[in-house]
Amino acid sequence: MSYSETLSKRLGSIGATEGAKLSVAAGGKKYTGTLMPHHDFSAEDVIVLKLKSGYNVGVRIDVDSRIEVLERPIPRERTEASVEPRAGLRNLVLIGTGGTIASYVDYRTGAVHPAFSASDLINAVPEIREVANMEARVLFSIFSENMDVGHWQELASAVAEEINRGADGVVIPHGTDTMGYTAAALSFMLGEVPKPVVLVGAQRSSDRPSSDAPSNLLASARFCASGERAGVFVIMHDTPGDDSFAAHIGPRVRKMHTSRRDAFRSINSPPAALIGGDGSIDFGPGRQVSRGKAVARTAMERKVVLLQSYPGMDPETFREIILGSRGVVIAGSGLGHVNGNMVPLIKEACDAGTVVVMTSQCISGSTNMNVYDTGRDLLSAGAISVADMLPETAYVKLMWALANSHDAEEAKRIMRTPLAGEMGDRRTIDV
Amino acid sequence: MSEQPEMICGIEIHQQLDTKKLFCSCESCLCDEGEGSYYRRLRPTTGETGEVDRAALAQFLRGLGYRYQCCGGSSCLVDLDEEPPHDVNAEAMETVLAFSAMMDAQVVDEVHFMRKIVVDGSNTSGFQRTALVSTDGKVEVNGKSISILSICLEEDAARKVDAADGEVTYRLDRLGIPLIEVATGPDMRTPEEVMEVALRIGTLLRATKRVKRGIGTIREDLNISIPGGARIEIKGVQELRLLPLYVENEVRRQRMLLKVKEVLESRGTGRAVFEPVDVTGIFGDCKSKVIKGALADKGRVMAVRLPGFAGVMNGDSGNLRLGAEMAQRARTKGVKGIFHSDELPNYGIEREWVDRLRESLGMTGENDAFAICAAGGKKANEALAMVVDRANEALDGVPEETRDPLPDGTTKYSRPLPGAARMYPETDVPPTPVTRERMEEIRANLPEFPEEIERRLMRDHGLNAQQARQIVRQSKEELFVRIAEEFNAAQVAATMFLNTYSEIERDGADPDSVSDETVMEIFRMLGHGRFAKEAIPSILREAAAGRTPEEAVGILGLEAVDAGEAEAVIRSIVMEREEFVRSKGAAAAGPLMGPVMEALRGKIDGRKASEILAEEIRKIV
Repeated sequence: MSYSETLSKRLGSIGATEGAKLSVAAGGKKYTGTLMPHHDFSAEDVIVLKLKSGYNVGVRIDVDSRIEVLERPIPRERTEASVEPRAGLRNLVLIGTGGTIASYVDYRTGAVHPAFSASDLINAVPEIREVANMEARVLFSIFSENMDVGHWQELASAVAEEINRGADGVVIPHGTDTMGYTAAALSFMLGEVPKPVVLVGAQRSSDRPSSDAPSNLLASARFCASGERAGVFVIMHDTPGDDSFAAHIGPRVRKMHTSRRDAFRSINSPPAALIGGDGSIDFGPGRQVSRGKAVARTAMERKVVLLQSYPGMDPETFREIILGSRGVVIAGSGLGHVNGNMVPLIKEACDAGTVVVMTSQCISGSTNMNVYDTGRDLLSAGAISVADMLPETAYVKLMWALANSHDAEEAKRIMRTPLAGEMGDRRTIDV
Repeated sequence: MSEQPEMICGIEIHQQLDTKKLFCSCESCLCDEGEGSYYRRLRPTTGETGEVDRAALAQFLRGLGYRYQCCGGSSCLVDLDEEPPHDVNAEAMETVLAFSAMMDAQVVDEVHFMRKIVVDGSNTSGFQRTALVSTDGKVEVNGKSISILSICLEEDAARKVDAADGEVTYRLDRLGIPLIEVATGPDMRTPEEVMEVALRIGTLLRATKRVKRGIGTIREDLNISIPGGARIEIKGVQELRLLPLYVENEVRRQRMLLKVKEVLESRGTGRAVFEPVDVTGIFGDCKSKVIKGALADKGRVMAVRLPGFAGVMNGDSGNLRLGAEMAQRARTKGVKGIFHSDELPNYGIEREWVDRLRESLGMTGENDAFAICAAGGKKANEALAMVVDRANEALDGVPEETRDPLPDGTTKYSRPLPGAARMYPETDVPPTPVTRERMEEIRANLPEFPEEIERRLMRDHGLNAQQARQIVRQSKEELFVRIAEEFNAAQVAATMFLNTYSEIERDGADPDSVSDETVMEIFRMLGHGRFAKEAIPSILREAAAGRTPEEAVGILGLEAVDAGEAEAVIRSIVMEREEFVRSKGAAAAGPLMGPVMEALRGKIDGRKASEILAEEIRKIV
């Protein structure tokens, strides 16, 4: 967020840096204010000043404008208080990765900082220290849309390391866009992890009074500190209110709304626990915490693609992609279908050793490929179906299965075997 | 008014715009009921130093929460802070730019929306979105130029509908309605001038034709100080006619406080120390309802010494009233009130207990005073701490504070004057560029100024200057022109707006609640001869009470009579007074008009009745 080259030069030549107090006469108007960073959508010839009243205004600068520096910016210091751990509380480690939950606006300059440090996050929720001893470390500072397979691997290793060093649980603040994928990846990589590993995000950034970050974080700490459940979970709001939270099973959760606080929903399975605003927790069935070691099996096969079938899908467009992949997950229509003209290509791929997995773009419900001709044709071609597994989860699992097996048949067997609660053969009736 | 107080006053006017909401596509109208609600908390965020404001955090940790009621067409995910704001409403932006041009203000080159932190729950986000659009304008009022410091475009807050222990309920319908905020310089010197300026700015706002009308759609904040006093902000006055009264009362209050300061200074009164004493034991057998009630509720009676404060809490025949200020401050801690020594014995606390109190507190000097509070021990102590603080502030004169307007024209303490607002950029809303070309186009197409409308009404519809000005002030010019053109009834309409409306208002009803269409219907029926113009006030009264014109006619028995029926009625009135008529001759018409109109008011035109009466009298004499 810096000014255009011309403006930067002009400002630089008089020593007007961000935070400096300026007097500006332009277009017949006069303003005195502090120079703010350039706004992304601001015009090229406009500088942004914060007036004494606190308001920012844009001032258009031309050759006749006069800019004068009245005061240089005062550098500011930030102190971080360290807190002694308290006996009798569980020890949790917070591993920062970035995202909305950790983004932060500097009140003085108005710049948006990508990294609100992990300890800042804890400091912003002081009551969390009543729940557990929190230690923080930052692993990445990225928005989750930029999260990659390599990040998952590094994260899984870091989690295992912390648990093996004695953490009673790990809380991972994460951007929400791809948090479901990361949750699935950690679920398979960490397998029977003996402690709770919770991914937590925010739909409103932490610098806002209404942010859901603190309450989600507190609910996550409470869930981990309960010592009741081991596994990988996502904890977010369960409603738009700040008094109900849900712990979702890692590979079962999906972001189902672009902006609501309760965007994350468990699909085809009830949440692992519901957490109240008062800290009460209502647990569903799940795996108990144990004393064992954490093992991170992080190998992943990257030659896997996730495709969505659609009317008019042309096999020629995808021929190279499908034949060039070791694994293909298709989010098919309905019970797990594709246009019949795709079937020969899929057969060709299967025959060549590619694992093709059918899921459904309906998201809710299970695939069943025995009901219609196309389904049966796909099975005959060599594709497999994975019941009610989410397409995204199937994609992540297939990467993991291919890297952790000797051949396609073994990978298929792994795909059809529930490992971390990612699939089920029973869907209850909602009443 | 007897006195012209020496005072300085500036005002801030908040006017709702009649567009959709500022950052979403919801209708900007209020709902009678909320449907469903969500519970939220607003946490003080870290400040510039990366630390959280301790006081604000302490309040948060005490558990205050908010409940937000949703409303069908006038709230959406944006209002619930569940969706980012959309682009700023173009019509609202256009209106504020036009208004800025009307005020001759300097419009910024790029409008940047800010987040102004507000953690009282009235904004679901915890901040109000607001943008400075222009500065340095002016408005001429009675020949004097009043400076306009700033014109902002911002969103209105949610409506508070309920407050219970630890939870405040807001309704989302009002949240996000666009507001123009106009701030004047501290240029006003008399209460009347304050009202004149408010009136003028209000009229100019309405001239944009895009503002809402009616109670609650325009709100004024007053900033008042007197020499030696302090800046007091009275926030959210809704009734324009009360403005001068608030100003007068505030000037009087500040003078009173300066007098209190003088008295305390002359006595050499020093700062009181907050040392609460538990005096519950003294009151075991006291008859005071307040004390008995508090003790029955396991409360305590706490007392504080106020040496040197006697006679200023309630003294000089009620002219010094520091006690009322102390009580208002104490109530912010949730107690019902306090008792201070200037008002005792009273309220069931007899001389005997007052003496015992004085003795146990060692308050025996001439000017020694005390205050007590009966409530839960902790609450009572907190309240008395406020009392001592407020007493000590009196040593310095007038404390700066924000006050709430009360319906009787007085105000009560609300909170300390807010510090510099914490504002940071609303990164979700792109800045709006305002090019010179755009402003030129806006200036070339400014809405008609009130004076121009007045001249037009005089020229086209034969109104006199006073009639025209009044109609424009009432913002009835459009309706007036419709009536004048469609029913050729300019004078009848003018009389209605000038006289009838104010009469109805004096009776406590709201004539503005009658819709334009209803008024048109009344004139349509008048045109069809359903009743005479004399019936308009009664019909309008019924309409203001929510009845249709048709229902009003029925209720009032106003079906017009034909000339034959009228003649019969008038003839019988004349015959009943035959003696009188014969003796007075034609001059009897004047005295007889009263009974005639009583029988026929609204059923026949007055002039027509007068003609018939003259004719009937002529027949006899």
